[in-house]
Parts: sequence; C-alpha cells; structure tokens
Amino acid sequence: MADFFLNTTLGMILLIVGQIFLVVIPLLVALAFLMYLDRKIWASVQLRRGPNVVGVYGLLQSFADFGKYIVKEIVVPAGADRPVFFMAPMVTLVMALVAWAVIPFNDGWVLSDINVAILFVFAVSSLEVYGVIMGGWASNSKYPFLGSLRSAAQMISYEVSIGLIIIGVIISTGSMNFSGIVEAQKSDYGLLSWYWLPHFPMLILFFISALAETNRPPFDLPEAESELVAGYQVEYSSTPFLLFMIGELVAVVLMCALISLMFFGGWLSPIPGLPDGIFWMIAKMGIVFFFFSLIKAITPRYRYDQLMRLGWKVFLPFSLFWVVFVAFAAKFEWFWGIYARYTVGG
Amino acid sequence: MTDYTRHAKYFLLQDFYQGMKLGIKYMFKPKATINYPHEKGPLSPRFRGEHALRRYANGEERCIACKLCEAVCPAQAITIDAEPREDGSRRTTRYDIDMTKCIYCGFCQEACPVDAIVEGPNFEFSTETREELYYDKNKLLENGDRWEAEIARNLEMDAPYR
Repeated sequence: MADFFLNTTLGMILLIVGQIFLVVIPLLVALAFLMYLDRKIWASVQLRRGPNVVGVYGLLQSFADFGKYIVKEIVVPAGADRPVFFMAPMVTLVMALVAWAVIPFNDGWVLSDINVAILFVFAVSSLEVYGVIMGGWASNSKYPFLGSLRSAAQMISYEVSIGLIIIGVIISTGSMNFSGIVEAQKSDYGLLSWYWLPHFPMLILFFISALAETNRPPFDLPEAESELVAGYQVEYSSTPFLLFMIGELVAVVLMCALISLMFFGGWLSPIPGLPDGIFWMIAKMGIVFFFFSLIKAITPRYRYDQLMRLGWKVFLPFSLFWVVFVAFAAKFEWFWGIYARYTVGG
Repeated sequence: MTDYTRHAKYFLLQDFYQGMKLGIKYMFKPKATINYPHEKGPLSPRFRGEHALRRYANGEERCIACKLCEAVCPAQAITIDAEPREDGSRRTTRYDIDMTKCIYCGFCQEACPVDAIVEGPNFEFSTETREELYYDKNKLLENGDRWEAEIARNLEMDAPYR
C-alpha cells in the first residue's frame, strides 16, 4: 500500500490530490464560520445581534448564503468581455488558495515544503490583483473599472512594504522556509522568543499592510460603497460573486496564517512546557482574525490620498530603515543576538 | 512651535488603541436591537396604527355618520355615505378608508365625538396587493372587534392627558 502511494506515478498524484483536499476542505468549511464570526463581531461592536436565525445562534448563516448565491441567476453585462469576466473571480480564488500549498500547520504538516516558501506566497498573493483588474475591466462599466484601478494601485503600494518587512524576518532567520522561520523562534522562553518582540514595529506595519493588501476596511477603497457602489464587484452576481467573496476571505485568512507564522511562532506553545501543536496555530490565526474583524468594526474608511501617503511616505521609509537596522543587528549580534537566530547558514 | 504630542500620538496609533478599547467594551454591552418578529418594542398608548371602528358593549356600532372625520382628513382618505336605518337611527352605509392615502395623523380619532374611529396599536398589516389596503366598513368593524381590548386599554391610559 505504502509502495503504491510513494513509488507509482498514479499513486503519487492521488496522494497529492488527497493532501490538497485535506487542506482545502477544512479551510473552506472554517471559512464559512469565520465569515459568520466576522459578521457577528462587527454586529456586536455596533450593539446589533448579527445573524442569529439560521441554525443554532445563526451558525449556519454562511451556508445559507452560499446556497442562495449558487441558485441565483448569473447576470452578464451586455458589453462584457465574457471569458475574462468569468475568469476574474476564478483567478482571485485560485491564487488565494494556491498560496496555502506552502503554509505549514504543524511541524512537517505542509503540502509542499519548498525552500523559498515565503517568496512563493508573496508572488502568488501579488497575482491576486489580476483577478480584481480583470473583473473591473471585463465588466465594461465605469465604477468597476475605477474600483479595480484603485485596487491595483493600493495592492502594489502595500506589497512594497510587505516585501521589506518579510526581508527583515528573513534576515534574522536566514531561511525562507516557514518551518525554518518557526524553528528559529523556538527557545526555552516560550512566547518571549517569538519574532513579535524584536520585530514589534514591523508586526504592526505588517498587520496594517495586510489590511490594505486584502482590501479590508479601513482600506476597502476598491469597493467603497459610498463612492463606487461596490467597486469591481458591481456587475457580478451569483457564483462568480461568491468566488470573489471567498477568494478575498481566503486571502485574509492567509494573512492571519502569515502573521502567526512569522511573528507569533506558528505552532509553538506560548508557555514553555506545554506541547506544541496545530491547535496553537489555529488559536493564533483566530486571534489575528479577531483583530482583523475588530478593525473593520471600529475604523472609518481612509481617503485615497491618505492611503497612498501612508503607504509610500510612512511605511516604505520605516520598513526600509528597519531592514537596515535588522541587518546590522543580526551581523553584529546586538541585543544578545535576538536578531540573529539562524536556522540555515549564518 | 510644533505640537510633538500630536505627532507622537499619530505614530503610536493612539486613536486605534482607543478605538479598539471602545470596540471591545461595546462588544459586551447589551444589544440595542431585538429579535423583531419574536420580540417587539414597547408602544405608547397614543400609537397611531391601523384603523378600527368600535362598537358599544351591546354590539351597536358607535359611528353615527357625522362625517367629521371625513371633513378633517387632510389626505381625504375617508369616504362616508349615510342614510337612516330601519329603526330610524342615522348610520353609515359605507365607510371606506384608503390606507394608501392615509398619513396616520390621527385627526379622525381626534374629531370623532363618540370614539368610533380609532387608530389601534397594530402596525403589521402589510398586504401583497394594493386593493387589500382599500378598507371598507366590514374590515374596519372586524378590526374593532379584534383589537377592542387593546384599544380600550390604550384609550383609558391616555384619558388623563386629554
């Protein structure tokens, strides 16, 4: 049996497909509940009840919504570029899901353990902007196009600072592999040895950049309903819209996973002595997601020039300075060498 | 002189920490909304909802066809025809309210000398067709019979302030 899965081509393909389903299906089911949680948190901050009718405490609300989206009619605008119009949501969703291939959930629990994992995630999540641009362009309508233009500029601006923040983490780890990054954060001091402490300003910057990168409030300008109706999603309905929605949320959860892995030690236990495991990873992602939801509830939307000013005039210089600082701190082992915890090389 | 505290607060994201604190505080406050179809908010005794024509305790209808309500109605939603009944008393043969015209001002119940036409506490009378909102005398009397208990209680509670 083991021989079939490890040595024959068909067996290997089946094994990989099985592993993919093992990641994607729990992810999508969790997504439905995270969507519910997001709405519930948003509602409770505004003193509303939120969804509470479908299922116990409204837990099945997202499944009801999915069902509704699927049975609705797909409306294609008259002047739309049909192939591109239908490709756009698929690109968004696929690009958001592909990045999960390199995210480890536990020691060794990873689909593809490649050595440039962090670069892969960065590259794939950059491609997500194509879904947005294609959707806006193919709709052949004004607001979607304006929304997609905004989105393109926004995502590219914030990718610059995300890239620099990632470089800081890579410098102090010496590895681009997520397992390596997590291993580098392992020590006898529990949560004090994770990167959130030495890289604290970057944690905040990464969190805010992640909000901008995933078009979450307060940076949801591409879909600012008061200005652009719904941005690039205006002409979408039914399943294509559902794919956009899931794609965006998968990207948000991916950012939660990245923050947990890079700054909060992934599956490592916060208290020395307790066993490490996947539950720590899930708990950390949940906490980060809670803050994503909370920020959505408490912040007003930024103006576009404020968004650009923040990205280019504040985040870029600050993260650039931090890269230089971390490089020196790692080279000369300042601060008892907390910036130089290599797992590879040195 | 530059206000350095403002800059410091801006870079330390003080607004966001305060916002988060407030957000989390509000998360645990009691909800302001109610489960509407199952729970309902309180209504004042003066609430002006769906109209009803009331009867006396012996079953005799109160309306004496004085047409004051028809005259006072600013939306001209009320139409009344009247002629003497067999026993000689003046009664309406037709009492229509066009609920789509009505602005729920309550002038009809103010004008009524015998408390016959009143606006009851019911506000859930949406219909699927427009025609169903053209209320006739039968419908209004039926409303009066159905809501008599609530209407009588509301009138009694409101009486000291009139």
